[in-house]
Parts: sequence; structure tokens; C-alpha cells
Amino acid sequence: MQSSAVNESQVVIDSQQESGHHGHPDHRMFGIILFLISDSMTFLGFFTAFLIYRAIMPVWPPEGTPELELLVPIINTVVLVASSFVMHKGQVALKKNDIKGLQLWFGITAVMGVAFLLGQSYEYFNAEFGLTTNLFASCFYALTGFHGLHVTVGVLLILSVLWRSRTEGHYSSSSHFGVEAAEIYWHFVDVIWLVLFILVYLLQMS
Amino acid sequence: MNIPSNILTLILGVALTLISLWYGQNHGLMPVAASQEASEVDGLFNLMMTIATGLFLIVEGAIVYSVIKFRRKEGDLTDGPPIEGNVPLEILWTAIPTVIVFILAIYSFEVYNTMGGLDPMASHDHQQMMAEETMESSQLLAMDNSRLALGLGQSPEGEQTPPLEVNVNGIQYAWIFNYPETGTVSGELHVPVDRPVKLNMTAGDVLHAFWLPEFRIKQDVIPGRESLLTFTPTRTGQYPVICAELCGAYHGGMKTTITVHSTEDYQQWIQDNTFAQVETDGDVALIGDR
Amino acid sequence: MEQVHPQRKWQDYFGFSTDHKVIGVQYLVTAFFFYLVGGAMAEVMRTELATPDPDLVQPEFYNQLMTMHGSIMLFLWIIPAGAAFANYLIPLMIGTDDMAFPRLNAIAFWIIPPGGIFFLCSFFVGAPQAGWTSYPPLSLVSGVWGEEIWILSVLLLGLSSMLGAFNFVTTILKMRMPDMDIHSMPLFCWSMLATSALVILGTPVLAAALILLSFDLIAGTAFFNPAGGGDPIVYQHMFWFYSHPAVYIMVLPFFGVISEVLPVHARKPIFGYRAIAYSGLAISFLGLIVWAHHMFSSGTPGWLRMFFMATTMIIAVPTGIKVFSWCATIWGGKISLNSSMLFALGFLSSFLIGGLSGVMVASVPFDLHVHDTYFVVAHFHYVLFGGSVFALFAGVYHWFPKMSGKMVNETLGRIHFILTFVGFNLTFLPMHPLGLQGMNRRIALYDPKFQAMNELVTIGSYILAVSTFPFLINIFWSLWKGKKAPRNPWRALTLEWQTSSPPIIENFEEEPVLWAGPYDYGIDTESVDGDEEVDDMLAEVAGSS
Ligand code: HEA
Ligand code: HEA
Ligand code: CUA
Ligand SMILES: [Cu+2]
Repeated sequence: MQSSAVNESQVVIDSQQESGHHGHPDHRMFGIILFLISDSMTFLGFFTAFLIYRAIMPVWPPEGTPELELLVPIINTVVLVASSFVMHKGQVALKKNDIKGLQLWFGITAVMGVAFLLGQSYEYFNAEFGLTTNLFASCFYALTGFHGLHVTVGVLLILSVLWRSRTEGHYSSSSHFGVEAAEIYWHFVDVIWLVLFILVYLLQMS
Repeated sequence: MNIPSNILTLILGVALTLISLWYGQNHGLMPVAASQEASEVDGLFNLMMTIATGLFLIVEGAIVYSVIKFRRKEGDLTDGPPIEGNVPLEILWTAIPTVIVFILAIYSFEVYNTMGGLDPMASHDHQQMMAEETMESSQLLAMDNSRLALGLGQSPEGEQTPPLEVNVNGIQYAWIFNYPETGTVSGELHVPVDRPVKLNMTAGDVLHAFWLPEFRIKQDVIPGRESLLTFTPTRTGQYPVICAELCGAYHGGMKTTITVHSTEDYQQWIQDNTFAQVETDGDVALIGDR
Repeated sequence: MEQVHPQRKWQDYFGFSTDHKVIGVQYLVTAFFFYLVGGAMAEVMRTELATPDPDLVQPEFYNQLMTMHGSIMLFLWIIPAGAAFANYLIPLMIGTDDMAFPRLNAIAFWIIPPGGIFFLCSFFVGAPQAGWTSYPPLSLVSGVWGEEIWILSVLLLGLSSMLGAFNFVTTILKMRMPDMDIHSMPLFCWSMLATSALVILGTPVLAAALILLSFDLIAGTAFFNPAGGGDPIVYQHMFWFYSHPAVYIMVLPFFGVISEVLPVHARKPIFGYRAIAYSGLAISFLGLIVWAHHMFSSGTPGWLRMFFMATTMIIAVPTGIKVFSWCATIWGGKISLNSSMLFALGFLSSFLIGGLSGVMVASVPFDLHVHDTYFVVAHFHYVLFGGSVFALFAGVYHWFPKMSGKMVNETLGRIHFILTFVGFNLTFLPMHPLGLQGMNRRIALYDPKFQAMNELVTIGSYILAVSTFPFLINIFWSLWKGKKAPRNPWRALTLEWQTSSPPIIENFEEEPVLWAGPYDYGIDTESVDGDEEVDDMLAEVAGSS
């Protein structure tokens, strides 16, 4: 236990502790997992609401809902799932202290994430229904929108990893919290998408 | 433990039981019971009061006794006996509440069933499922929600007098009662004594709740859905009808009355009100025949 | 101990500090401020309800006050107050120097004051008036901006409590001092584990519900609006999926406080350590599967009502284990009736009543009568005020010497207790018969036949309001002139008493020593070893130093 005498330096010390370099072991990964458990409950809430509507409404999707176009979402699904594997290669590269590899694979992942978001926007602009058309349409936008928000955050995380990786020695095979956190978050967003895709797109086909 | 203290415990136990039993019957907390359902609920409540009184006396007794008996003397710095647990005792106070809770749950279930709470699912839905069996299987899941009745239905027991049906509409801040048999529309509910009444309820704007304190029944009234409430008045008189779900600023003013008439008076009321609304006499004659 | 250790200065308490002790105190003071605000609203409501007519305030305004009172008391008083104790105590109790994520911790706190002020500002645009439950469709048609502010504030405060929960779980599970295994940590930590699990699993679902509600309100969707084909009952399910667990989020930390306070002031080990620890987890597990008991008379089919009735009633078993164990803890002890102990006993006796009425309302046929009446209002004030608030005051009196380094004035503390206890029962006991007799809740105007009892309630609430003054005077007076507190005034065994009062910045001068379990009162520990330091502490606890 350090006995710092200067009051003002406390903030500095604290923040050092937080980044795990000083004194305590690093518990941030544990915290991230707690966060993801929590976040998955949000989606669980949305999904359950969706399923309840589906179960109790006499006609579902409500009459007059146009067929959902499947081509773009399928491409999107493939892109997103593939990006998880691409991203993992980046992490593996880092474990071998290959920063260039990390940057390459994470860069590709970010591009794929952006591609997903573009596909999503394309879908939004070309959909034949608006947010308030009917209950199904509202659910569609709420669910995909909330997920899209997560993808956006994920892309930003990846970009910030890329930004930091430019600093010599910021990430190494032994210090890679940011990389791992971004990755596990990305996988999480990916899995959520698969569930969402099944619920919103596939279950509507009869 | 020596014998005198055992006797004391015994006396205390008997006194506790007697007090609980007495208070459970004589708390006088409920308003008059004006329906079959109400007496059922009161029976249940009396049992719960008995149990609650007993538990209350035991726990509060233990606290008060400890505070008086086990006080630290001034200057006494020693600790109490290092007792960290007692397995049989702990099993006992896990088991007893478990048993109590099971009894309460089963009794409540019985009362609820007698009140007809399980009827809408048992009968109403079943018919619907039969009707839907002919449809495509994928549509089976898509049960029509607006037809799914919620609330209290017919009691499985008792003679099946056809109930008097009244359609109830709740709007901010009034109740409107519609008698489909006669076309009577009223702002107050009038029913004959000793005949089951079935209310088909829906709301026009926001949630309301239909509450009859003297009948111990309540059911939310929901826009876009139908809920129902079946009960049998057993006591003539006039009782309040209260809206129990927050529905806006004048939620507190959303009240009316239910009048339970003798059978003759009820006919009279129907007659008066049907004529007042200039309905065809045919309907009235039909009622008279019943 | 000649070495000079840095102490916090008073300025630190007004800024962004990452010290868990500072944050704990900040939480507590902020929460208490909102208690006064929420309490003042209750007093206006009570004054209005002294007469049957809505003559003091307009009914709309009454509903605004009622909504704000409920929401403030829950989201800005009880939940942050629980977090206050957790922040202050967890690192000290497990012998570490801070939380796992100090900066996150500070952020979690600093969401609250702006969130609370923002919430209060809703009065300028017409505060929300659909009750703290905000059921649609009413919440969609009674003023857009007040409702939207309500939604945003609750989302913010929910976020804050989630950030706190991540921190608590990580700290408790990962940062205990080396020799402390999970079965020898103080029960308060156990109760915070149970609480945090509920926060982590429940709050996001509330967030989902509120986001959808917000869409309905602002964007014109119809998730919960029957007029557009939606279903208001879905909202109720989502809301209560969080808000039932929330009531345990509000009480479990204080169960923890009681488990700390009772053994110390009764000088006896806690009775049934493991039973208390695990029953807390059982409560939080069961708490996740009982939510529809708030919807017995709403759009729920019969079989569902029966299922939720059964699960709800079972909660009486683990809670009973706790209550009986606490009684057994004081039984045969050497009780000092100081302010802390008085409030702890007040908790025990009032919470019992609230719990018993809770099991009654869990019975569907009975709940069909009393749902949304003053009987329910009585139930939840008995568990919330009689439970949480009493235990909270017990905790404040217990740890005030540690937090401030000053002893409180016992006489004022006792006056505070007596006024609170009398006022509390006078306010909330008559609500039981009121509800049974037919007075529904959330009304500004009521049947004149209930006036006499309502007057009694109003008088009781004034006594409650008065009771806060001896407390406030006591706190300020003690801070200013109070006797200096020794490091261990109660001769307690948990680790927070092994450091100075108030603790130094890094909490402990040296690694704390686990020479006894947290509740080993009366157990002969002298023979543990001949360590001089331990002997010192032994002497301290035995009161001979
Ligand atoms: C701190 C908060 C808190 C706590 C701890 C509780 C505890 C309990 N509550 Fe309560 N409750 C609320 C806060 C709380 N509640 C609030 C705020 C509302 C209203 C919300 C609103 O509508 O605005 C509410 C409403 C509410 C309802 C809905 C009523 C209605 O609206 O119609 C129900 C119904 O089941 C209920 C049940 C229970 C039960 C069974 C417990 C149990 O946990 C109690 C268990 C404790 C004991 C039973 C006592 C000790 C046990 C023994 C001594 C053992 C032996 C006992 C027996 C065998 C009975 N509560
Ligand atoms: C922890 C939670 C908590 C606490 C502590 C309280 C405390 C009190 N409550 Fe509250 N109450 C709720 C939670 C709580 N309540 C909830 C959740 C609801 C439901 C809301 C809803 O239906 O949506 C409710 C509803 C509710 C109602 C029902 C309203 C209705 O249905 O119409 C009533 C009525 O009497 C009431 C009264 C009181 C009173 C008299 C107190 C007293 O204990 C308060 C005592 C007051 C003080 C201690 C403060 C006094 C201070 C001063 C006077 C000084 C002021 C100074 C400054 C502002 C600087 N409450
Ligand atoms: Cu209608 Cu309250
Ligand atoms: Cu509940």
C-alpha cells in the first residue's frame, strides 16, 4: 500500500490503479462480462415483447405489412458473422506480438461493420413501411435500430483500438485489455444479430 | 429447562393461539359482505389474520422480551454466549412457514376457483381452440386477443342460473351500463339479488378498474380487450362502485353505485327505465315472463 | 502510528473524487436531500388528504406530487442510499483500498445529482402524473414533456445503479483480502451481491420498456397503445419484471445493514450466518419470478395469477429465515439500546408487519379486493419506510462515527427514534383499515366517511416530518461539536473498525489483520497467536484499552 502524502496526486494514482498497472490485478474483463450479461437482458426484454405481440395478435404481422426483402439482410448476416472470425485473427496476431496483423484484421473488421451499417440504412430507406405503419413495423425499427446502435458502438471501439495501437507498446501479447474487450463485445453483438435475424426476418415467412 | 418454565411456555402458547383465533374472527376490518364471493374472501382473510396475529405476537414478543430481559448492564464489557446457530431450530422455522404458505396457497386457490377465476380459461378459451382447430396450424398461435376474456367467470359450483349480462364501459370519468336483454342504458348498476351477474367490460380510453368493495371483487377494464366479472349478490342495498386504476385527474371522482334489488323491485326498475327510454314493449314482456 | 496519514479535506466532498469513502458520503447526503424533497411532497399530499375535497391543490397537481413522491423516494432516496452504504463499506469490510473501478464509481454517483435536478425540473413543464408505474395509455395522454423527463431520468438513474452494481460485484468477488474467503466476509457484502444481481438482470428490462414507451410518446408508435393496435399489458409485464425485483434492490442492502448492526450491539454472533447469506440469494432468485403479483386484477389469465401467487408466497420462507435469525441473534445477548440498536429493532418490528401484509396481498382472491387501495399503500410503506428507512437510520447511527470521526448525541438520537416510530405507525397503520373499507389509492378526493381516519394519518405524517429535525440537528451538532470518535467505539469485529475514524485515504495504515471472523463475539480468540498487534485489538474490543 503506497502512502502518498500529496492529496492532489490521488486522482492520478486512482486512475493508474484502474488501468490495472498498479497494485491490483486487472478486473476489467470481469466487469465487461457483467455489462454484457446486463445488456443481453435489454435485448431479452425487446425480444420477449416482440414474441408476446407475435403470440397474442390475431394476425401477425398485421395485415398489409409488405413482405420483407431478404437479400440485403442475408448479405448483412454473412458479413457480420464473417467479421467475427476476421476480428479473432487480429487478436491471435496480437498474441504473437504482431501489431501490424492486429491493425490489418481489425481494420477489415471495421470496414465490414460499416458495410453492415450501410446495408442496414439501405434497408431503412427502401422499406415499404415507416416507423409508425403498424406494430410490426415499429418492432422492426426498434429492434434493428437498437442493434444497429450497438454495431455503431462496436465500430467506434474498434477504431479506438486502431488509434491506440499506433502508440508503440500500447498493446502487446501481455497487455491487450482493449483488444479483448472490443472483440468480446463484437461477438456479443454478432450473436444478438443472429437471434434478431431469426425472430424478425425468418419467423415472418410462412 | 425446568418444569415451571415448560408450563409457562404451554400457557403462553395456548394464550397465543386463543388470542390469534379470537382476533382472526373479530377484527371487524372488512365492510359488509354483500355477495357469495365476499363471504369466501372473508373466510380466507380471517384465516390470514389469525396466522398473522400469531406470527406478529411471537416475533414482537421475542423482540420486546429480549429488550427487557437481555440488556447490557452498565460497565459490563463481556460478550453474550457465542451461539452461532441451531440446526433443529432453523429447520423448524423453515418448515413451519413453508407449511403455512402451502396451506394459504391451496386455500386461496380453492377460493379463487369457487369465485370462477379459472373459468375463462377452462371454458371460453377451449371453445375457441376447437373452432380454430379447423384452421391452418400456423394460425393456431395467433389467438384473437380481443376475445380472450380475463377476470372472474362462472363458479364451477352452484346451480347454473343463466346470469344477468350487463355490458360495462369505462370512460374518463364515468361508468356506463348497458343491459343487452332490454336495451336499457344507465349510469348506475341495478341488479336483482341472488342471481348471478355477468359483466362484460371494456374501456373507451385508458385503463380503469371496476371495484365493488362490498363484493370483494375487482377487475381492470382495458381498452381493446374484454374482461369479465361474474358475481352473485346476496344482500339487497346500495353499494359503491369505484374505479380503482389511476385514470387521470378525476380518478377519485369516478364512482357510482350498485343497487341490489329484490327480484320484484328489480323488475320494476327495469320496467321504469326501459319505458323511460321508449323501447319497444316486446322486450319488457319477455322480461316479465322469465 | 506516529506516521502522518493524509485525511480527506471537506472540499473533497464537493468535487469529483474517486475515493469510495467520499463517494459513499456523497451518495448518502444527496439521497437524504431528495428524501426531504420527496417527504415535503408527501406532506403536501397529506395536508390535501386531511379533508375529502380537493381543496388545497388541484387534482392534476396532486397526481403530479404523488408521482414525483413515489419516484423520488424510490429512485433518488432508497436505491442511492443503499449504494451509499455499499460504496462506503464494501472496500473497508473486505480489507482493500478502493473499489474495482474507482472512476466508474465516481461517474455512477455524478449521474445522480444532475439526474435528480433534471427530474425536479419537470414541474416547470407539468410533472408526470401517471403514478410511478406510468401505465400506458394514461401516461401517453397526460402531458408529453413531463412524462418524457420522467422516462429519461429513470433511465439515467437506472444506468447509475447498474454502473454501481458492476463495481460492487467485481469488488466483492475479486478484491477480498487474501485470507478472507467468501464465507467469512461480512453479511452486508452478501446482501450486496444479491442486490447487484437483481440490478444487473432487472434494470435493462426496465430500460427496454421505457425506450419503447418513449417511442410511443414521442414518435407516435403504438407498442403499448391500444388505439394503434398495441397492448398496454406488455408494458406492465416489462415494468414489473424490473420493479418487483427493485423492491428487493431497495431492501436487501438494508437487510445487510441489520445483519451488521444487531450482532455488534447485542454482543452476540449473528445467528445462522450461512442461512442469512444464502436466503438473500434465494430472495433475489425468487424475486425474479413473481412480478405479475402486481397485475392480479389486470390483464392476466387465471392460471397465471395462480402461478405468481405461489411463487410470491414462497418468498416468505427465506425472509422468515432472516427475521427469525435476527431475533435469535438478540435473544440472550447483551443489548445496548443506543440509537442504532433502537432503529434496528424498529426495523425488525415494522418490517414484520409489512411482510405479513405482503403475504396477504399475494393471495389472489384477497388481492382482488385490496389491489390499488390504501391497504397496499400501507403494505409498501411498512416495508419501505419501516423496513428500508429504519434500517438506514440504524446504519447511519452505527457508522456515523466511522464516517465523520465524531460521536453522535444519543439523547437526540433516541428522541429521533421515538418520534419516528410513533409518527410512522400513526401514519401508516390506519391505512390498512382504510384500504379494506374501500378507500382506493391515488385519489385527491375521497368519500367523507373516511375523513376521521385520514386526519389521524395526516397528524402522524406531521410527526414524521418533525422527527427529521432532531436528526438533522444531531448530525450538524455532532459534526461541529461532537465528541471525537475512537477507531472502534462499538468494539466491533468487522474490518472497517480496524482503521482510524475517519479512515485515512488508503483506508488502512497497514494490512488489516483477520484475527477473528466478522461476528465472533464471545468466542475465545485470545489464544489465536501472540501477535502484539492482535493483542492490542483484542484489548480494544474487550473494552479495556
Ligand atoms: C422494500 C420493499 C418491499 C418489500 C420487501 C416487499 C415485500 C413483499 N411484498 Fe410488496 N410491494 C412493495 C414493496 C415491497 N414489498 C411496493 C412498493 C409495492 C407497491 C407498488 C405499487 O403498486 O406502487 C408492493 C406491492 C406488493 C404486491 C401487489 C399488491 C397490489 O398492488 O395489489 C404484492 C402482492 O403479492 C406484494 C407482496 C409482497 C410479498 C409477499 C413480500 C415479501 O417479500 C414479504 C416477506 C416477509 C415476511 C412474510 C415477513 C417475515 C417472515 C416471517 C416472520 C415468516 C413467517 C411468515 C409467514 C409464513 C407468512 N407487494
Ligand atoms: C422509500 C419510499 C417512501 C417513503 C420513505 C415514503 C414516505 C412517505 N409517504 Fe409515500 N409513497 C411511496 C414511497 C415512499 N413514501 C411510493 C412508491 C408511493 C406510490 C406512488 C404512486 O402511487 O405512484 C407512495 C405513495 C404515498 C401515498 C399515497 C398517495 C396516493 O396513492 O394518492 C401517501 C399518502 O399518504 C404517502 C405518504 C407518505 C408519507 C406521509 C411519508 C413520510 O414518511 C414522509 C415524511 C416526510 C419527511 C420525513 C420529510 C419532512 C421534511 C420537511 C417537511 C422539510 C422539508 C425541507 C426541505 C425540502 C429542504 N406516500
Ligand atoms: Cu377510471 Cu380511475
Ligand atoms: Cu412486488
